[in-house]
Amino acid sequence: MKVLTANRLSDGISVWYSPQHGWDLDIGTAETVSDAEGEARLAAIGAASYAKNEVIDVNVIDAVLIDGKPAATKLRERIRAQGPTINYVGKPAS
Amino acid sequence: MYRYDEFDHGFVAARVAEFSDQVTRRLAGDLTEDQFRPLRLMNGVYLQLHAYMLRVAVPYGTLSSVQMRKLAHVARVYDRGYGHFTTRQNLQYNWPALKDMPAVLAELAEVEMHALQTSGNCIRNVTADHFAGIAADEVADPRPYAEILRQWSSIHPEFSYLPRKFKIAVTGSENDRAAIQVHDIGLALKHGPDGGIGFAVYVGGGQGRTPMVAKKIRDYLPEADLLTYCTAILRVYNLEGRRDNKYKARIKILVHEMGTEELTRRVEAEWDGLKDSDLKVPDADIKAIYSYFEPPVLPERAEGHGLLAKNRRENSDFAAWVSQNTVPHKHPDYKGVTISLKPIGGIPGDASADQMDIVADLAEKYSQSELRVSHEQNLVLPHVAFADLKAVYDVLVENQLATANAGLITDIIACPGMDYCALATARSIPVAQKISERFAAQERQLEIGDLKIKISGCINACGHHHVGHIGILGVDKRGEEIYQVTLGGSADEHTSIGEIVGRGFATDEVTDAIETIVDTYIGLRQSKDENFLSAYRRVGAQPFKEALYGSVDKAA
Repeated sequence: MKVLTANRLSDGISVWYSPQHGWDLDIGTAETVSDAEGEARLAAIGAASYAKNEVIDVNVIDAVLIDGKPAATKLRERIRAQGPTINYVGKPAS
Repeated sequence: MYRYDEFDHGFVAARVAEFSDQVTRRLAGDLTEDQFRPLRLMNGVYLQLHAYMLRVAVPYGTLSSVQMRKLAHVARVYDRGYGHFTTRQNLQYNWPALKDMPAVLAELAEVEMHALQTSGNCIRNVTADHFAGIAADEVADPRPYAEILRQWSSIHPEFSYLPRKFKIAVTGSENDRAAIQVHDIGLALKHGPDGGIGFAVYVGGGQGRTPMVAKKIRDYLPEADLLTYCTAILRVYNLEGRRDNKYKARIKILVHEMGTEELTRRVEAEWDGLKDSDLKVPDADIKAIYSYFEPPVLPERAEGHGLLAKNRRENSDFAAWVSQNTVPHKHPDYKGVTISLKPIGGIPGDASADQMDIVADLAEKYSQSELRVSHEQNLVLPHVAFADLKAVYDVLVENQLATANAGLITDIIACPGMDYCALATARSIPVAQKISERFAAQERQLEIGDLKIKISGCINACGHHHVGHIGILGVDKRGEEIYQVTLGGSADEHTSIGEIVGRGFATDEVTDAIETIVDTYIGLRQSKDENFLSAYRRVGAQPFKEALYGSVDKAA
């Protein structure tokens, strides 16, 4: 299973692509695909958005469903989705 | 402190205007990311895991109170209320928006700061001993020379597209506190045979995936020849350094492949044609730069000696802090004070905007409005009278800045690691936090003595793990964070690269492994005076391997 992720051009914040919300801050709303055709479609959406200067660093990444919602598989992507794992000074309340 | 002249103001303002225009064009879609990326990197703007990151230069680690307050203001207004002091004496913001960069850089320029050359394949921020100008053991203050190098290397047209980044460090003392032997060029101030001042010149040190200790290529270079000789080194590197492989592009690889003798010959030959050129620094110019770094006129404060003794007797926590976090000053009534950014269980190098303001206030009131950033990710108040130490301490205590651990096992260097960094392969900060918590007890830390733990979250070694007495490198092994431990590294005047002790440790094993290493050291040291590094150099890795793995077979 895969989802589409990138960083917003204007502020660099990590986002995931959702059919309802477009680029969303929550990976839980991301569109998931499970075949090559779906992956290619997500990659094309990402490329088009990159070309329109909406996002940068576009990637289709591995995901799994947890409680019915998509979550990143790899630690690096989980940290991107959930923020730093440490309690830094200005950490927003979850 | 150095103050910008008209030229400095002009070129920084011009760069702010230029980059602001580039940001505007990028946001409007007139520049593609491929076009914009090298431009933003030239201005210290990276893209990390969660957001952009802005790295602000703190030349040779010296800051004024006004500058520190501006860093706090930027953290508060444009970021999330904090910043991270780095092993190159810089400050990183983790959450700035690209659209705000023009405003941030304009604000920084107001206080003579910028983010130029904090990234890219150019000469980076020149670093120096954080006790420069106050240390009793220094030959001369290294900062005037670092400033001369800054002026020469800033937007240098010939050296803006080097094969790879290039780092220079200067120390003013035989006791190297600037880690010069793990820099591309390391300069150690010394007296020459004629009684003049000059440098021992080291080339080709570095960490990363191929750690190398720098080679001394000249025992004495007169100060007037600083720029001619550095130009010669950079020219040889620019011409001969590899551009075909990013991982073999640093000058350390050139030194290794060409050989020290041949490289020295090439540098000296290049220098022959340069040494009488207009890059020779006139004595008057050196004196003019020196005048900016004249020691402040410190009033006699002899009353502090008795007061300090009394305060130490009355407050054991204060006494411990004075013993651990203050150093002698050239003036007998003053000390240099290390403000630890390593609270037990905290994030190494992080400071909140409020803490930055507090420290700026303390510097203004008690330290001639001057501050330093150390490459060990702490702050320094360089000129505090004995009589004022208790007042400074009390304010630090109120603001969680009085941890008495400078140079001890909880004074850990750690890079941001995979909590922030796009290059990282493992987290660093949580490992540092757990080790800090394990060794929190002050008595235990003092019993262990001087011990430097340095942690990197990838092979690029921003956390200096190669030169940690105990180094920890986080790697990804089939999706799991594994921590490789090295022993015996050092970044002082007897620099050495740590040796891998054996197989790596999982996240939940690494703190125990460090404790095993420390307990082994305590058990085998000849006396408390034999610190960890000395003991390791005497006995080698074997006792530590046996303690960690039981038998050598398991260490493989």
